Amino acid sequence: MSRVEAEALIARAFAFLPYVETSVKKLDTLRGRTVINMFFEASTRTQSSFEIAGKRMSADVMNMAVRSSSLSKGETLIDTAVTLNAMAPDVLIIRHAASGAAALLARKVGCAVVNAGDGSHEHPTQALLDAAAIVEALGSVEGITIAICGDVLHSRVARSNVQLLTMLGARVRLIGPPTLVPAMAARWGCEVFHDMRAGLKGVDVVMMLRLQSERMQGSFIPSPREFFWFYGLDEDKLRFAKPNALVMHPGPMNRGVEIDSEIADNQDISLIERQVRLGVAVRMAVLEALTTQGEPP
Amino acid sequence: MTGLKRTLIENARVIDPDSGFDGHAGVLFDQSGILDLGPHVTASAAPSAHDVIDADGLALMPGLIDLRVSIGEPGAEHRETLKSAGRAAAAGGVTTMVVQPGTNPVIDDASLVDFIRRRAVERTKVHVLIAAALTHGLRGKELSEIGLLNEAGAAYFSNGDASIADSRVLRRALSYATAFNAWIAHRPEDPWLADGAVMTDGELAMRMGLAGQPAIGERIMLERDLALVELTGGRLIVDMISTADGLEPLRRARAKGLNVAVTASVHHLALNQLEVVGYRTFAKLTPPLRTEEDRMALVEALKEGVIDIIVSGHDPRPAEDKRLPFAEAAPGASALETLLPGALNLYHSGLCDLMTVLRALTINPARLLGLPQGRLARGAPADIILVDLDKPFRFDSAMMQSKCKNSPFDGKLLQGQVKRTIVGGETAHVTP
Repeated sequence: MSRVEAEALIARAFAFLPYVETSVKKLDTLRGRTVINMFFEASTRTQSSFEIAGKRMSADVMNMAVRSSSLSKGETLIDTAVTLNAMAPDVLIIRHAASGAAALLARKVGCAVVNAGDGSHEHPTQALLDAAAIVEALGSVEGITIAICGDVLHSRVARSNVQLLTMLGARVRLIGPPTLVPAMAARWGCEVFHDMRAGLKGVDVVMMLRLQSERMQGSFIPSPREFFWFYGLDEDKLRFAKPNALVMHPGPMNRGVEIDSEIADNQDISLIERQVRLGVAVRMAVLEALTTQGEPP
Repeated sequence: MTGLKRTLIENARVIDPDSGFDGHAGVLFDQSGILDLGPHVTASAAPSAHDVIDADGLALMPGLIDLRVSIGEPGAEHRETLKSAGRAAAAGGVTTMVVQPGTNPVIDDASLVDFIRRRAVERTKVHVLIAAALTHGLRGKELSEIGLLNEAGAAYFSNGDASIADSRVLRRALSYATAFNAWIAHRPEDPWLADGAVMTDGELAMRMGLAGQPAIGERIMLERDLALVELTGGRLIVDMISTADGLEPLRRARAKGLNVAVTASVHHLALNQLEVVGYRTFAKLTPPLRTEEDRMALVEALKEGVIDIIVSGHDPRPAEDKRLPFAEAAPGASALETLLPGALNLYHSGLCDLMTVLRALTINPARLLGLPQGRLARGAPADIILVDLDKPFRFDSAMMQSKCKNSPFDGKLLQGQVKRTIVGGETAHVTP
């Protein structure tokens, strides 16, 4: 994706936003189109977000239940996808625990494939909605300083955000313990900090990540309480950022581990709810871009 | 503080390994620290002193800093308490000691660091620092809360006598600790090659019918540990190197400028494996005493600066743990009181110059841990010892201050005796 394409999608998302916030009008953009959600990992917001996005545009959305599918009978990922592909869907949306699963699938099917998160690799629509949230709150991503904090090593959200935000002209910092934010990450064009207070100085937006325990082999941090003491976002540390700094989180949150409850619930600084709302709009824009010539609603 | 007590020591051979000063001089100090020192410091020139001590030519040097002292508090107080260790330390001229985490419970929680710190202040005048456990329960599997332990005041982190077999754990530990600039001490010993071994491998072990661990076990682990240091940028204290074989990877690591500090125990510098002949369990140590070639190589390494620090490896064991068949006896030696005379052996036998030996006992450990003591300078803590450098005596372990008398130096002729130990400007020990 290029900068122009990303900015276009974000702009489209804002155009769709009214349709998210009021459920009165429905769009015909995807009428007659079939969208299949293949979610191999648990998901509240992303799956529902895609489903609602599709339905708001009148698509036929099918949620494939992995547990009751033939996959539990030993059918491979590819075979399942090819089988579904033979029924000519328009879009396959896949989330999988293995990095690279989306790319693998895209090679084997003829329809459009959307990566809803593959292992620790990428989560493109999350990055788009995060960027959109920043644009909505601050007007632009260009020139702002964002700190992405926590389990960067295992986070697809971090990888996609680093890519997109630097592309859109932001200065990105990565903050976390050396075991979760390797010094090598500086090669992505970010500044790496292991001292959170030092890293938050002058930051406009703080993005917190969850500890991805399900992706960890062995222990990367000694304990959640030590993690929160040094790397959790609380009032004390937030004070080091710019006075009106905003707080984001892709969700789900582990309150008291990476983020203090009070901050997460503080409507004045937290963009978390906006992220979710914009998520539907962004996914509408993505589905539209993949299936139509893009007529305005 | 009610009225600081000024003490003057004159007529001493003042030796400061930090500055290299070695000459006739005096020192003026109080509880706040060293006020003045030099040839001009004499009783006549300092009338304000409350106490005047004529050193009568004795050597005056910084109190020793011992980085590796195991005690039994909490959990095994019959072996050694903070109080008895403090007495032994003062008798040995050790004014700062770092206690090890292998107590019961293991020091793997910030509250325990705090507990020991407070207790130590109540029980002994000697400065007590704490090495916290690197892994939970010293089991070598899960990282302990290095950040919180560091904030509680841990001096460094150690996995005790057990080396960590899982490379991933040590890698993560080294990497994680860089966020806190913390040092990690690790025993360079291949756990499987050492398993069941009670002395060093070789002809003597074979003849005695005892299981030995080969010297290469040290090199194997060192290569791995140093490679992990290079990968992570971590800081490693090599915990008691004992073989010539282990020195080669260390030299390479030095050349690469890796963050590595190397310690050796006084036993491995002064003694060799022949001490175990006759199944003398007091000479059963971990790591085991090695060959004379190994010992000579270690001495060379000390002179070269490849070995920075000499430790006592103090590990008190009561008689019931030692009066057993060799294989069943517990390893370890009570060593706070033999650290100085044992190390001076290198000087007296002409193997090493005095300054190098003393540097490894004072300023080098001080610099590693960022301590203000370990040197004689205006403003430095008044941790001072008076030593009769040349006095020969037969070491009698029955006279030891430590609760346990297990020393391989028992009955040996040593030279160098601590006459007076001053900690924080106050006398903690006087040898009659």
